[in-house]
Amino acid sequence: MPSVVSLKGVVKRYTRGKQRVQVLHALDLEIQEGEFLALMGPSGSGKTTLLNLIGGIDRADDGDLVVAGERISALKSRELAHWRARHVGFVFQFYNLMPLLTAEQNVELPLLMTNLSRAQRNNNVQAALDLVGLADRASHKPAELSGGQQQRVAIARALVADPDLLVCDEPTGDLDREMAEQILDLLQMVNREQGKTIIMVTHDSKAAARATRQLHLDKGRLIDAETSVAA
Amino acid sequence: MKFFPLVWTSLWRKKARTIFTLLSIIVAFLLFGLLQGVNAWLSAFGADSHANRLYVVSRVSEISPLPGAYLKQIERVPGIRQVTYIGGIPGYYQEKSNNILAMASDVKTLFAIYPEWQVRPEQLEAISHTRDGAIVGVPLMRAFGWKVGDRIPLRTSVMKQNGSADWNFEIVGTYDIPGSPSLANRLIVNYTYFDEARRLERGTAWAFVVAVDDPSRSAQICAAVDALFVNSPSETTTQDEKAYFLGQLRQLGDVGLMTNAIVAAVLFTLLFLTGNTMMQSVRERTPELAILKTVGFSDRSVTVLVLIESLLLCGLAASAGLAGAAAVFPFAAALGVAGSALPLKVVVEGLTIAVVLAIASGLPPAWRAQRLVIVDALAGR
Ligand SMILES: Nc1ncnc2c1ncn2[C@@H]1O[C@H](COP(=O)(O)OP(=O)(O)OP(=O)(O)O)[C@@H](O)[C@H]1O
Ligand SMILES: [Mg+2]
Repeated sequence: MPSVVSLKGVVKRYTRGKQRVQVLHALDLEIQEGEFLALMGPSGSGKTTLLNLIGGIDRADDGDLVVAGERISALKSRELAHWRARHVGFVFQFYNLMPLLTAEQNVELPLLMTNLSRAQRNNNVQAALDLVGLADRASHKPAELSGGQQQRVAIARALVADPDLLVCDEPTGDLDREMAEQILDLLQMVNREQGKTIIMVTHDSKAAARATRQLHLDKGRLIDAETSVAA
Repeated sequence: MKFFPLVWTSLWRKKARTIFTLLSIIVAFLLFGLLQGVNAWLSAFGADSHANRLYVVSRVSEISPLPGAYLKQIERVPGIRQVTYIGGIPGYYQEKSNNILAMASDVKTLFAIYPEWQVRPEQLEAISHTRDGAIVGVPLMRAFGWKVGDRIPLRTSVMKQNGSADWNFEIVGTYDIPGSPSLANRLIVNYTYFDEARRLERGTAWAFVVAVDDPSRSAQICAAVDALFVNSPSETTTQDEKAYFLGQLRQLGDVGLMTNAIVAAVLFTLLFLTGNTMMQSVRERTPELAILKTVGFSDRSVTVLVLIESLLLCGLAASAGLAGAAAVFPFAAALGVAGSALPLKVVVEGLTIAVVLAIASGLPPAWRAQRLVIVDALAGR
């Protein structure tokens, strides 16, 4: 199976005042196509940082990142933005929807940067909303939706451009158990039926149990990856 | 256009603020339109002036009377075709706000010197048989609902022989100035009647209007006329029409400079207002801009979005303001303050300024949006 994510010797440092903090220490990671990876670890261990590097919204200080067939460490900012639009979908803990846009306008956002016609965009938006079960809420604003529904809109937005990879940073962190299960069902379905590779940061071992593989990050180092059998 | 909902909703994020900003811009451009409109009209003033008309006024001051006897002397200056005197009765009709000037002259000669003033020949004939007759500008006729044959009482500042300052004229005809209708705002009356009836300053004129055969010789003729009266108690200044009117305007102060200063001050203030609105709006949207970048908007497209928003804000409001100015302008024109329509030049200038304003006030926030770092913005840093 080809790798969707291939990291070699990835280093990330932050400078806080005069202090330099190394967050990721020469990190190596391979993720195969179709994997559903749960990334766990204590707070401050660098999970978000790692996810942002893989998703191409942050830059590594050193090392080599090949994601979805592209050496993203070598891309210029503009190329990287274009690459993100085509290859990665993002899901965040707090949904991060545009508050003034309707659900369908939110889902359409990544398509605005493509050459798709209006009709094609509408088609894809409807399909994505159908997939997450919110076709009937297309014209609702985020404030008119529950947390779980907002997260589903966010997942529809992440999927609408048919990316290779979904990166989710604590997607159920702000939801109650029931809503969380629904979101996890949805992610699992997307992984199994659409073959999307998913990387999900979570603190919740029940959520992590849904993944095909679990990884632990501690103080910027990956510790023995254990493979779990997905339920 | 697919970005329109994005830009439009951002613009209305804070309704009250946007409306306030819009209103300020609208008012500023309304002011701009009106002031610059008057300004443009003033500077175009005299552009259609007739180079073959000269004005002889007192050197001391334009309103000091000149001896009427000068007429015969001026007539004899070579190159001069026709001359007539102009006197005036400033007054009002019924209410003080209805200012009217009755202009006394040799009416036939006057209309010959002003061929663009259109009058029916039989009416011109009629006034020479009606001592207290008047030929009245069409706008005045319309404004007061007068008809030919009406008698018009005027309260004036010019005393008659009997001590009264109430004058009374019979309308025998009307005149019209097709190019600049609002200038036909006078009563034209017989100088002979006026001069016999008044008590003071008899035998004098405010000015003489001269028609010359060859405009290219105007300067020499002006000099020749002034030379006639040099060292007399009433020396004269003779100018062609354009110079004369511009001189009159200058008495109002340098209107152009004044209006430009006001407009510049207003626009300068506006720059800070819109700049601040845009900056606040972009600041509040930091997380949203980060999302746009996350889903694949490039730094440049985010910059462009902010600039478009600024253009939309300024463009819409400026258009509304200028439209308002264009709508109000004809009323100013009716008062004789300006031309009949807002000059296109002013609209074009206004829109250009709006674009400059939009870019100037949109650039700092656009720059901020462009430099925004996704992960910092998402983390609220
Ligand atoms: N922009 C930044 N500047 C300075 N330090 C940063 C920055 N971003 C992250 N860090 C630091 O890097 C470390 C890792 O942060 P990161 O957000 O990746 O942790 P995390 O594993 O996602 O934690 P959590 O589970 O709380 O979300 C933390 O110590 C954090 O303070
Ligand atoms: Mg985190």
